Amino acid sequence: MTNTPFDFQKLKDLPDETGHFGRFGGRYVAETLMAVLQELEETYKKLWNDPEFQADYDRDLAHFVGRPSPLYHAERWSKELGGAQIYLKREDLNHTGAHKINHAIGQALLAKHMGKKRIIAETGAGQHGVATATVAARLGLECIVYMGAKDVERQALNVYRMKLLGATVVPVESGSRTLKDAINAALQDWVTQPEETFYILGTVCGPHPYPEMVRNFQSIIGREARRQCLEMTSKLPDALVACVGGGSNAMGLFYEFLSDESVKIYGVEAGGHGVESGEHAARMAGERQGVFQGQRSYLMCDDDGQITESYSVSAGLDYPGVGPEHSHLRAVGRAEYPYITDDEALAAFRKLTLMEGIMPALESSHALAYAEKLAPTMDKDQIIIINLSGRGDKDIHTVAEIDGLSF
Amino acid sequence: MRIKTCFERLSLEDRKGLMPYITAGDPQVNKTADAMHAMVKSGANLIELGFPFSDPVADGPVVAAAHERALSQGVTLNDVFSIVTEFRKTDNTTPVVLMGYLNPVEIMGYQVFAEKAANAGVDGVLIVDLPAEFAGELVAELKPRQIDMIYLVTPTTTDERISKICSVASGFVYYVSVKGVTGSHKLDLEGIQARVNHIKGFTDLPVGVGFGIRDGESAAAISTVADGVIVGSLLVAELAKYAEEGEACIDQVAGHLTAMRTAMDKQ
Repeated sequence: MTNTPFDFQKLKDLPDETGHFGRFGGRYVAETLMAVLQELEETYKKLWNDPEFQADYDRDLAHFVGRPSPLYHAERWSKELGGAQIYLKREDLNHTGAHKINHAIGQALLAKHMGKKRIIAETGAGQHGVATATVAARLGLECIVYMGAKDVERQALNVYRMKLLGATVVPVESGSRTLKDAINAALQDWVTQPEETFYILGTVCGPHPYPEMVRNFQSIIGREARRQCLEMTSKLPDALVACVGGGSNAMGLFYEFLSDESVKIYGVEAGGHGVESGEHAARMAGERQGVFQGQRSYLMCDDDGQITESYSVSAGLDYPGVGPEHSHLRAVGRAEYPYITDDEALAAFRKLTLMEGIMPALESSHALAYAEKLAPTMDKDQIIIINLSGRGDKDIHTVAEIDGLSF
Repeated sequence: MRIKTCFERLSLEDRKGLMPYITAGDPQVNKTADAMHAMVKSGANLIELGFPFSDPVADGPVVAAAHERALSQGVTLNDVFSIVTEFRKTDNTTPVVLMGYLNPVEIMGYQVFAEKAANAGVDGVLIVDLPAEFAGELVAELKPRQIDMIYLVTPTTTDERISKICSVASGFVYYVSVKGVTGSHKLDLEGIQARVNHIKGFTDLPVGVGFGIRDGESAAAISTVADGVIVGSLLVAELAKYAEEGEACIDQVAGHLTAMRTAMDKQ
């Protein structure tokens, strides 16, 4: 496909006033949600530029989350691959084990400022639900987490973690009983009682201002990584690699580098059983664009416009939509969006565990698997930063099952 | 033009519009047109026909289940146009408004959608998740074909937005009388009256009120403060009983509408 020309320097200025990144994004919701979204946008814009709010947020990131997270040179693995030097941004070391806590804290602080007593969230794999339940517990807020019934079954451990943290987990039985249905249920809850409720959305999707707001709360990842890379190597990385479900960890890493022309950007989608099998979550590969859950973006749907079910071994990538900023970066050619299959991701999971003693989440393993292909094509003095978005503890059951084990 | 004519005639007769909603595919895809005729016979003045979407976020469980029933029968937009075409064979006056979500329209393409809608005899379109500020491209296709674009206004819509919506709306304005998803219960007549009058300060279009209308009494009450009474979930819940009751469920729908019509005309 041909790319429309773009200005590197202006990429970071998006979205525009209507919440659009190029033709993607926007606020495609029922009138019933407009007022609460406007209220959220105004509060967010005011507080994001408020030094006092920023100080609260930074303090929580430092002392509750444990930031900055390290940038780790995976020397042994890099050597074996025989190409570029691989650095891992260790978001897996954050409190609660993934990057999700970054935006959960930011949004919970907003909720507190707005005087909202009731937090709702959706979750797929359970990571965002756990992060939200964690911050809600700390701030003493009621927390309700919507989770697809299918995900409740396959992520029993995280369901129990959320319950221990005092959250109510509501299994969603409608539609495909996965993440997209959990988002629908959360939106319906919000429409019904908007005054007292704050919806902590877990990714860079949905109606404006969520894609911008969640990205900004996650952009700490890229700011740290850029500084750390310069300190450690005296230069910028040559490539960034991150997995893309909705795309929050990826936007978090990418955003700070968007204007650095020398830095190549790769967002890795879930190829599931292979795109040709139809069982995948490679939204970009399908070239289909449309409107779903409040935004215009690439998505998976049939010829009648009905959203189709995605598939991935990793629940966090198993979603038929993708953040609008990713769609824009893809459409203008600033970033590439290859995909990695279940098998390739599982192999990378085992590889990193054995080579570096780090057990990655299956989501992050998609990024690792793509870097395995990319590194050997690059020179030894070149640098790849991979966002290791989460730790693999939650996936041990899935991997064990594939190995024919049960506990 | 059927919508305009419809409200003009109602106004001359000093009556209010009864505007039922059902989803295409209910109670069965080949019986939806029959249900539409039955509703007109029972006093309906305008029919809102839902077209299904896999993720009907703004709808409550009753209407969402109707979308699922429709999709399980494989109902597409083309089927919806066929239903309207079938209905138009013997009814060329009752306005039909299609109501649904944007993505099926988006994938079909705005121009093709507008053409097919016009050919089938559709009079208005309400796209739940297409706000007025982003509707320009679709309106540009609908307007030349005399198809009205209907918008929702809610209790929380700001004056700035009401003004924006009324400046682009045609046909009628759909006031959602209670917060929340379709099928919610509470009814606050004074509040609704104040709000409807407020909206009328921005537009000369008729205002229909929906969400929360359950029976003849509530329909009659609403009809004293609005130009039209919109009733959906109650009827959709009846049509959901097709599997057990067969076509008797259409009689139940007709029964509700007759009761509402009678109560409204007594006002």
